[in-house]
Amino acid sequence: MSAQVEPTGPAEPAERSQEGRAEPAAHEGAPRRSAAARLVARTGSGLVQVLLILIALFWMVPTLGLLFSSLRSPQDNAASGWWTVLTEPTQLTLQNYANLLDNPDFVASFGNTVLITVPSTLIIVVVASLAAYAFAWLEFPGRDWLFLGVVGLLVVPIQVALVPISSLYGGTPLYGSILAVVLFHVGFGLPFGIFLLRNFFAAIPRDLLEAARMDGGKELTIFRRVILPLGGPAIASLGIFQFLWVWNDLLVALVFASEASQPMTVALQSQMRQFGANIDVIASGAFLSMVVPLLVFFAFQRYFVQGVMAGAVK
Amino acid sequence: MKAADTDAPAPAAQAGGPATGRGRLGPPPWLALFFLLPALLFLGIYVVYPILFSVYRSLWDAPGTEFVGLDNYARMFTRADTFIALRNNVIWIAVAPAVVTVAGLIFAVLTERIRWATAFKIVVFMPMAISFLASGVIFRLVYEQDPERGLANAVITTVQDTVAPTGAYPDANPREGVPLEETAGGGYRLTEPVAPGDAVAIPLVGVSAEEVPGDAENAAPPQQEQGAVTGTVWVDFTRGGGGREGTIDPTEKGLPALRVEAVRDGEAVATATTGADGAFTLTGLEGGDYTLRLAASNFSEPYNGLTWLGPTLITPSIIAAYLWVWAGFAMVLIAAGLSAIPREALEAARVDGATEWQVFRRVTVPLLSPVLMVVFVTLMIYVLKIFDLVFVIAPGSVRADANVLALEMWQVSFGINDQGLGSALAVFLLLLVVPAMIFQIRRFRREES
Repeated sequence: MSAQVEPTGPAEPAERSQEGRAEPAAHEGAPRRSAAARLVARTGSGLVQVLLILIALFWMVPTLGLLFSSLRSPQDNAASGWWTVLTEPTQLTLQNYANLLDNPDFVASFGNTVLITVPSTLIIVVVASLAAYAFAWLEFPGRDWLFLGVVGLLVVPIQVALVPISSLYGGTPLYGSILAVVLFHVGFGLPFGIFLLRNFFAAIPRDLLEAARMDGGKELTIFRRVILPLGGPAIASLGIFQFLWVWNDLLVALVFASEASQPMTVALQSQMRQFGANIDVIASGAFLSMVVPLLVFFAFQRYFVQGVMAGAVK
Repeated sequence: MKAADTDAPAPAAQAGGPATGRGRLGPPPWLALFFLLPALLFLGIYVVYPILFSVYRSLWDAPGTEFVGLDNYARMFTRADTFIALRNNVIWIAVAPAVVTVAGLIFAVLTERIRWATAFKIVVFMPMAISFLASGVIFRLVYEQDPERGLANAVITTVQDTVAPTGAYPDANPREGVPLEETAGGGYRLTEPVAPGDAVAIPLVGVSAEEVPGDAENAAPPQQEQGAVTGTVWVDFTRGGGGREGTIDPTEKGLPALRVEAVRDGEAVATATTGADGAFTLTGLEGGDYTLRLAASNFSEPYNGLTWLGPTLITPSIIAAYLWVWAGFAMVLIAAGLSAIPREALEAARVDGATEWQVFRRVTVPLLSPVLMVVFVTLMIYVLKIFDLVFVIAPGSVRADANVLALEMWQVSFGINDQGLGSALAVFLLLLVVPAMIFQIRRFRREES
């Protein structure tokens, strides 16, 4: 199936190849039809345009609602809908954000999110590439069965590990620490990481590896000099996917983090109980928590989409 | 999969990877352990051991001191809260994956016909990048009950007001002792019939000062007219006192823009609208008796939209938010599958005179079915594990109504500390994804071979 990790060119965006093929086909087909058919086709496509514009609006407006709500005072938010800023732009204020950044607890939770996300992502990428290399290019007994086992672990729900790991952590200083959250994320990120990278590494031409081995390269050197550079796009996909996954996590942190180590998602969630009275804090906090993922998404869209597609049936 | 790279089990070893024949070039097997060890440690501790421990723990009671066999599994189906969670999960599974897959299919097919497909895909895919928490907050705002603040109800009430506007006088009602009775729809009618040539005075009360339009004039006593029913509808209330009940006093206002109907045999045969002084004239009537009716639309209550976050609608509301998050995922995967369909197949069908719908139904969908299946199964797995969206969108008061297994598992294990039942729920979730696990492994082996 082509939607699966295409080992030879994982960074090639689906959109591009599709557009390239779709457009000419439409033009070739057109001249053969009668004028009436063309008219129908054209008005039909007009309808499609309108429909898709409406759908796109439907997808954008809720997010704009959050943005505008975060830019209005609590009084304005209590009195009227965010859309009134379109006619009264004087409502706009950065005060909610200023308040939030003055709040040491929130700033600390932002720091925690970074401290959880960056190490988790790095460890997953390193550990998964090592294992993926072994699965793709090293010979050892039971390799294929072991790999099938990893494929099976892809779908294990996180819920299964919450109770066992919390009793494992229980009583140790690990419980409630940032490290506890990081290690858990690594454990559950690995099956996907290994799966994604192994498929990619396995598609690297054998000649390249054989040549390197012939030259007497040590395996670790081959891994560093040949596999890592060639595997760049897949590693980027994995890294970006995991980064967003961990950044956005609520459940794992809810169970394993303490008040001192909680990330933004948990801090914001605890504000939800007083939603109506707290919209200024929640909306600005939620939007701030989205800024990094959105930047990552727009900057590395292609890799992220690739990672998500490879994650199908996770 | 390309070429003859590492391939399914036994024979694969020869075909792909460093072949055993040239094994002397390859590294010794123990080296693999060095590469694998960190991953195996993590997987063993964080994924494999927990599965075994959960199964074991689920056979013990809440504090873990007494062996209870399968009791926890039985309680899953008998405990009221948990049962609601189970029921809701069934609803989720039945609705959400199908809805999202269909939406993704429609979007993927339609975007092939526009030039701004990439922009559209970015917009729809964007929610995948943000947290469920943020999406939940976004939809909490959308679903606010007050139409002044919540977007969903603002849109609905605006549409509703256009279709069936709020009555001008929702609080008006007849003065006691006046011969008016309420009709089924919420309007009022005179208990006595009227005939052309009659002039009637209809007093109403309960109309607040704000409801009386600014252009209302002092009510004029009704004038009889040949061949027509005439009358005056007015507010029978003198501010500051002094008015007499049932009489049009000098400062009492007429009620403008009120719909009055003459009804015969259940049909409105003539209608009129009151003027600024509350007077109306029903003309074009044949002789005989009519019932005089003040239309229900004058008195209809303002519509306040739906209670999205109430016990009844909460699950559909959250599923809608789920669609918003996941449609991009389905769309992108299906679009990739679509681009792999040979264009000739579609063109051939079109040349043969198939309509676009037939092409879609008979050619596109069957060719896409493997991709659709992958999308559907993936969504099912994620739906089974749905936690954050429900947790964030459902307000505390309706969380029990919106409950799902993953949320219940968390509440039971860490809220009421019944880790026996919690483990049973986790094992149950795991069992539910086993078919997907098998699907995944089989698909993988097929692709490898």
